[in-house]
Amino acid sequence: MVKRIILGFVAVAFVIAAAYASFFIAPTERTMGDIQRIFYFHVGSAWAGMDVFFVCFIANLLYVWRRDPQYDSLGVSCAEVGLVLTTVVLITGPIWAKPVWGIWWTWDARLTSTFVLWLLYVSYLLLRSLIEEADRRALLSALFGIFAFIDVPLVFFSIRWWRTQHPSPVIMGGSGSGLDPTMNKVFFFNVLAMHIFAAFLVVERYALDRTRHEVELLQREAEAA
Amino acid sequence: MKNLGSIFAAYLIGWGVFFLFYLSIAKRTSDLRAEVERLKGLVAKGK
Repeated sequence: MVKRIILGFVAVAFVIAAAYASFFIAPTERTMGDIQRIFYFHVGSAWAGMDVFFVCFIANLLYVWRRDPQYDSLGVSCAEVGLVLTTVVLITGPIWAKPVWGIWWTWDARLTSTFVLWLLYVSYLLLRSLIEEADRRALLSALFGIFAFIDVPLVFFSIRWWRTQHPSPVIMGGSGSGLDPTMNKVFFFNVLAMHIFAAFLVVERYALDRTRHEVELLQREAEAA
Repeated sequence: MKNLGSIFAAYLIGWGVFFLFYLSIAKRTSDLRAEVERLKGLVAKGK
């Protein structure tokens, strides 16, 4: 419990420092102006979301292999946190797009694949809520989670494989891409902060699921007594 | 700062979503902890 509280304080300190750096340390982008500052929060959330979905995928694979309920708890925790991060990405993106593109949304490959990703993990959580038997719920949702993860590389590569309205990659985008050195530092600090914050949320959500598991065990014990 | 409203809206709504999610975790945990205590009492009575 103490470790979780410490992690919470560290996560909050990092995200406050990251927001400060985005507003007051990062230079103003020449073409877009200040609206570009959303990029640090938007991409930081997206990157953390992808990594959380990757952990979800590993937990799902491990559940199918070992049938250990702890992997089921980790899977659902990561799916929920990843979904929240993707929700933030889908909200902050259009807020940036409106002044820059003149439109809130367009059905290009990156935006559409991200929206499909969001729908897939909503379906993952809906599927869980529809199955009452714990082992069956864990197995079916793990199998669905493995399938849902297929969209994550599609989201990542969409701006590399297809010409999109969404900006080309500035990180790992090959020659001609990249950021101003100060922007680069602020960007990676934001990515780190969002990862720490995402880890904090996963730990909290995992603790919740272990408590739910404890309730299920006690219910069985109470029925037997 | 140009587009200040949009920048603040993005950060405010984004952090609002995170805050609401954290509150939902805290609420669900608190409800489950109360249920754990209730069930422990029931099991102890049964023994």
